[in-house]
Amino acid sequence: MKFGVVVFPGSNCDHDTFHALGQVLRQPVELLWHQSKDLANCDAVILPGGFAYGDYLRTGAIARFAPVMDSVAKFAKSGGLVLGICNGFQILLEAGLLPGAMIRNAGLRFVCRHVYIRVEQTDTPFTCAARKGQILKVPIAHSDGNYTADTATLDELERNRQVIFRYTTPEGANDAAGNPNGSMRNIAGICNRERNIAGLMPHPERAVESALGSADGLVVFRSMVEALIGAAKATA
Amino acid sequence: MATASTEIRVTPAIAAEHGLSTEEYARVQQILGRDPNITELGIFSVMWSEHCSYKSSKVHLKRLPTRGKLVVQGPGENAGVVDIGGGLVAAFKIESHNHPSFVEAFQGAATGVGGILRDIFTMGARPIAVLDSLRFGPIVSGGGVSEAEAARNRRILDGVTRGIGFYGNCFGVPTVGGEVGFEPCYSANPLVNALALGIARKEELFFARARGAGNPVIYVGAKTGRDGIHGASLLASAEFTEESQQKRPNVQVGDPFLEKLLLEACLEAMHTGAVVAIQDMGAAGLTCSTCEMASRGGTGIEIDLARVPQRETGMTPYEIMLSESQERMLLVAERGREAEVLGVFAKWGLDAVVVGEVTEGGLLLVRDRGKVVAEIPAHPLAEEGPVYRRPLAPPAPRSETEADWFRFAPADADLTENLRRLLASPAVASKRWITEQYDTMVRTNTLDGPGAADAAVVRIKGTPRALALSTDGNGRWCRLNPRLGAMHAVAEAARNVACTGARPTAATNCLNFGSPEKPEVMWQFSEVVDGIAEACTAFGAPITGGNVSFYNETLGKSIYPTPVIGMLGILDDASRAVGQAFRAEGDVILLLDGLGEARSAGDAREFSSSEYAKTIGGIAAGEPPAIDLAAEKRLQDCLVALAAAGGIRSAHDLSDGGLAVAVAESCFGASGL
Repeated sequence: MKFGVVVFPGSNCDHDTFHALGQVLRQPVELLWHQSKDLANCDAVILPGGFAYGDYLRTGAIARFAPVMDSVAKFAKSGGLVLGICNGFQILLEAGLLPGAMIRNAGLRFVCRHVYIRVEQTDTPFTCAARKGQILKVPIAHSDGNYTADTATLDELERNRQVIFRYTTPEGANDAAGNPNGSMRNIAGICNRERNIAGLMPHPERAVESALGSADGLVVFRSMVEALIGAAKATA
Repeated sequence: MATASTEIRVTPAIAAEHGLSTEEYARVQQILGRDPNITELGIFSVMWSEHCSYKSSKVHLKRLPTRGKLVVQGPGENAGVVDIGGGLVAAFKIESHNHPSFVEAFQGAATGVGGILRDIFTMGARPIAVLDSLRFGPIVSGGGVSEAEAARNRRILDGVTRGIGFYGNCFGVPTVGGEVGFEPCYSANPLVNALALGIARKEELFFARARGAGNPVIYVGAKTGRDGIHGASLLASAEFTEESQQKRPNVQVGDPFLEKLLLEACLEAMHTGAVVAIQDMGAAGLTCSTCEMASRGGTGIEIDLARVPQRETGMTPYEIMLSESQERMLLVAERGREAEVLGVFAKWGLDAVVVGEVTEGGLLLVRDRGKVVAEIPAHPLAEEGPVYRRPLAPPAPRSETEADWFRFAPADADLTENLRRLLASPAVASKRWITEQYDTMVRTNTLDGPGAADAAVVRIKGTPRALALSTDGNGRWCRLNPRLGAMHAVAEAARNVACTGARPTAATNCLNFGSPEKPEVMWQFSEVVDGIAEACTAFGAPITGGNVSFYNETLGKSIYPTPVIGMLGILDDASRAVGQAFRAEGDVILLLDGLGEARSAGDAREFSSSEYAKTIGGIAAGEPPAIDLAAEKRLQDCLVALAAAGGIRSAHDLSDGGLAVAVAESCFGASGL
């Protein structure tokens, strides 16, 4: 089993993700350069946070054209696990691998702080190690994390149980008080219908050691490890 | 001036327009043995500007302690460097970007952060933390402050905050701390001081010393444009007048994404072993980087401007040499290994061009398509600029009587209400509304970010260690007594660091003052330097670098003398880091008294300089509290020992608002206490 973390020139959470997987979870992990189409036989690909190509235009708008994204799209369509965190989520939206779009935060400012998200679905490779309804304390750090989609898309997401994380208060209420950026229906993370592609704005890789304020993010990566082990067993 | 060409004949009047005095111009003629041409005049004028030459401060700065057994590099390089053990070093420095931030708050603050980050990675160190020390005019009206003025100050604060966040967040360095203060004197001259910290392996440090005649000189990064021409000389080295808003074109524009590429590419290029020397192009751009690298290395440098990547057509040699376009570096590579270096920059999609070579003989030779446009001995240009021992005079003594002092009468005051007012004042209140706009966590090293501890604490991955950093400065106290106020700035910065359990080890300073041509400002400066020197010596924390910012005045009115101290501390066991919030019910609260022999609480004269007197009584008078440096040192040693032994669960120093505010703040950080 091997994880790949894509490095766009402006990625700045690539090393944090690499550290979380390699040092904290002790999993094999490799950095994947944005100009290469070679995914190095990775079993899961993570698009990390940052500012892929500066994001002066629209977040992720240029990154979707990166050579590596062709391979990521092919990998995803063949069932490979792809997780986009923060900027990575924005890129997946721009690439059309997940539905919806990001607009400027409701407060029109960059927001960096710990928030609470609730695990809405546990039948995904990104949440299978979590309990349904589990509240995770995980940081956000973004200007454009206000998830937006038309009602039909939102309804379809709900119907297919694709909303996997929702912003909540510490007590678990998904009301305006728990919503840090104005996201529709408090959506913090979603997956595709096939459940092998997911994106979320909060940074689980920043919440893997209690010394840094929370280790709740570990469950996301642990889920991926479990899912990959399960898949390997199934094929064996 | 911006369109000047080499054909303009230089006269003493043109030299004066460039800010060179009659004597300085005579010195230029003497060094060259002839009249300079316009490009050469431009080069001299920026190198000999106050900002680049430290001509008014040099004689005083010599009195600062700069040596210590952990100091690897003191003042004079791009940043100071300290040995933090385990084969690692920390490079850190603070720098001002005050005037640009007033002219264009967002870009001024953004490029201030960009400049200090480049200073750090130029040394071969990866930036791991930024702190900002900010001063603004009042953001709340009342007490003689109009709503229009308060609104303008809020706009400046907003622009500065956004600018700092824009740059640091994208670059990928956490903004982990700093401070914000408000006084009317900063309304027309805000202060934006940015501190950056980086980590490198000791043997992989880089210095800006050109060597090896024949080695290629390589220009990398952004193309050169017409932005920021004369930023150092016209913006940073002159006071503001009513026309200052017209200086907006002198402010540079920042591109943090490009800086991120530059960081990664420079560190990667350094690892090839083919880089001999490197210097960023900050103030005075190509001029400063060429002549300083040559001067430090005892060599010459020859470049051809035709090869310099340019953003616009028709730029003159004068403009190219003086441009302060951001995100540019100049490096010297080993001859024959250019391809390796250029290959790294190509990988990161950056312009990298051989623009010249290192020469023998110590001459800075600038050509334009082969034709010589400037020919100046590098060492005299960089190091033998004017040095002034400017006249000093203490200001007229303040004629204060007891009637001017704040009489604290607890029996007649609603203390609870006054505590509320103190806690609600912008200076004391939580700064979360500012710091949440910064990415405080990227790189996942932030053990204690803004407000979590008295100093920011960042761990060093792969080691058991952490570093603590704090900035502090109290302009109000320094106005009342510059020497004592400066000692307090050092003491509080060191105490903040010690509260986390880290040993205060070394410091950097940013000295923000009015015009050095005023004897009372120079007196304040001299006093402050002595105060810093005395306190740093007492604490065993030498000054490893920093920056002087003069001419912080508008329409002849100076700011308070505002030295800002950035203190670095080493924590041997990161797991022992102590925060400021109370931890558990039933824990014992201890009050440690570091006043020693200077104990004088209750003195009306001293109380008049307190935050309480200012907020509740509208009084800023009297004297700062006396200080006993030896007792302060014992207090800090005690805090470090207590933390190391695991004997304390939290620690918070008594600062603005005293004991009442400190206890309240320790409660705020704890849930349910």
